[in-house]
Amino acid sequence: MEAESPLKVLIADDNKSDRMILSAIVKKMGHEVCEAADGLEAIDQFKTQFPDIILLDVIMPNMDGQEAALEIKALAGEDMIPIIFLTSLQDAHDLAKCLDSGGDDFLTKPYNKVILQAKINAFSRMRRMHHTLQRQRDVIRDNNEYMVHEQEVAKAVYDNVTHAGCLHLPNLKYLLSPFSVFNGDVLLAARKPSGSMHILLGDFTGHGLPAAIGAMPLAEIFYGMTAKGFSMEGILREINIKLKNILPIGYFCCVCMVNLNFRKEEIEVWMGGLPDFYLYRHDSKAIENVISTHLPLGVLSSQAFDGNTQKYSLRKNDKLYMWSDGIVESRNDFGDLFGEERLKDIFKNNQNDDQLFDEIIQTVNEFTGERGKDDDTTLLEVRMVDESEVGEVNIDLSSGMVTGPLDWNMCYTLRGDTLKTFNPMPLMLSILSDVPYLNGLSGQLYTLMAELFSNAFEHGVLSLNSSLKQDAQGFAEYYRQRENAIKELKYGQVSFEFDHKPLADGGKLVIKVTDSGSGFDYKSKQDKQFANQGYSGRGIPLILSICDNIEYLGDGNIVKVELSWVAD
Amino acid sequence: MSIGTSVSGNELTVQVEGRFDFSAHQEFRDAYEKSDDSVKSYVIDMSKATYLDSSALGMLLLLRDHAGGDTAQVRITRCNQDVKKILTISNFEQLFSID
Repeated sequence: MEAESPLKVLIADDNKSDRMILSAIVKKMGHEVCEAADGLEAIDQFKTQFPDIILLDVIMPNMDGQEAALEIKALAGEDMIPIIFLTSLQDAHDLAKCLDSGGDDFLTKPYNKVILQAKINAFSRMRRMHHTLQRQRDVIRDNNEYMVHEQEVAKAVYDNVTHAGCLHLPNLKYLLSPFSVFNGDVLLAARKPSGSMHILLGDFTGHGLPAAIGAMPLAEIFYGMTAKGFSMEGILREINIKLKNILPIGYFCCVCMVNLNFRKEEIEVWMGGLPDFYLYRHDSKAIENVISTHLPLGVLSSQAFDGNTQKYSLRKNDKLYMWSDGIVESRNDFGDLFGEERLKDIFKNNQNDDQLFDEIIQTVNEFTGERGKDDDTTLLEVRMVDESEVGEVNIDLSSGMVTGPLDWNMCYTLRGDTLKTFNPMPLMLSILSDVPYLNGLSGQLYTLMAELFSNAFEHGVLSLNSSLKQDAQGFAEYYRQRENAIKELKYGQVSFEFDHKPLADGGKLVIKVTDSGSGFDYKSKQDKQFANQGYSGRGIPLILSICDNIEYLGDGNIVKVELSWVAD
Repeated sequence: MSIGTSVSGNELTVQVEGRFDFSAHQEFRDAYEKSDDSVKSYVIDMSKATYLDSSALGMLLLLRDHAGGDTAQVRITRCNQDVKKILTISNFEQLFSID
């Protein structure tokens, strides 16, 4: 027998001698005793003495044991206070009644010490177990409350980050129906400085918090870059690499991004991993499928990522319907999928296309019935409207970051040893990339700047002859000469002058590169040769494929290129 | 849902039966992680798979990573219409050979 810690035992019996006998036995077992002579006293004692176990006579004056038991059990609430009835009753029905009134056991008179002790021990164990359960339950409840609170705060942060956009605009109808507190589907919409609208619907692997957490950087990038006027490809590329870096392998985000161009009545779509979307033609009532042509975001490396988009014309009141797989993959009570046919039928049977959105929701809900959903569900209707219907873009020009710098001039000169060793490319590109449209051309701008710089440095400052680079041998010779020339170079400089001006619907960049070399005879060359092989190694055709215009000035030691761009 | 494996030469075949979803996670992982070191290529036999969800796509990416990432030799074979559709939507043919 395990060692029992002493208990406080309340003994209620109107018969004084019975009470004393029992009290003596219990005390001898090492427990503390308090006494009561009737039911009312027992309740008082219970309230003041807090006994662990109660031995209660059934028949007592003023208030009998059964009534007292009911009251005590009510007072005890969720605490477990074992009540053992003391009785000389023998009838099975009477004994059962004792238990029905809230007693836990009974002990028939005359008392058997061994049985009494065993029962007290048994109830003591039960009480301890009950305590343990209560304590553990409280810990779990506290933890749960804490977690729910944390989730609420996190949810507020999440909502602030992901719902900063323009989903309220009158040309959009949407339904976001998360499976749990956090939504693994994201729906973002924001206006570009040009007036167009970027829309992104994403579905992360799984649902709940683990899925939602990836939505935060996604939304940050989407809103930040859209406001600055970045192209879809630039934004998707950035999101892809971010997700690739932060998500564990096997987790990704199926995405459809759309650029809604109100002026051109055109949409540009990039879609990876989501079920087909529908283009709904207002006039013909026909639907056309837009299909996923890419892998989801977060799967491919930056090099392998493909940012190609498709364009579709979208006339006024034509609509685009986008959804996460929660719609076509919702199931009914029999486990059947909702499927594409049912979705198409909604469009086929529709009478008034203003009702389409509601009809889709209603039909899916009727299909799933009581069963409810088992995934996040997102539905979006986008209507092509006149730009005036969605209003002007609110751009915070005070920050200066939204549209980027458009009207500026900068001169940057490299001299002496710096010219020999320093690579000015990252700095110059970073400055040019602040102009939103130019950022989308960063690859081409790199090529352009690299060509201009190497021409100025190698052919200008170092006076190397580009015609050497015609065969492999010549190439090796060229680089040998280049190394020597750099070693022997005493003085040299290359200056870059950048000049950017805003135009009505875009901007114009002029780059002038001046080197300290002696130049070359550019005037005698024909225009035709100029563009082709006339200056082998100077990468002119390459430069012309990027710029609108190239011009040599001075003694041929100054080159000027121009690049105009138009906002979409 | 159950996963079966067989090895022939350097090739491990994993057969997926029933719904291929998150409940298969551990079993599917075990199937290739506990395979012999000599295994060089993998075949996922989908002939008995009825359906797959996005976590199954994730598991396939994990296998691809385990098998060497871009140099992995993983074939997904004998897909039914539904399974094939899901793989196509996600453009997984860019990462796996699917027949």
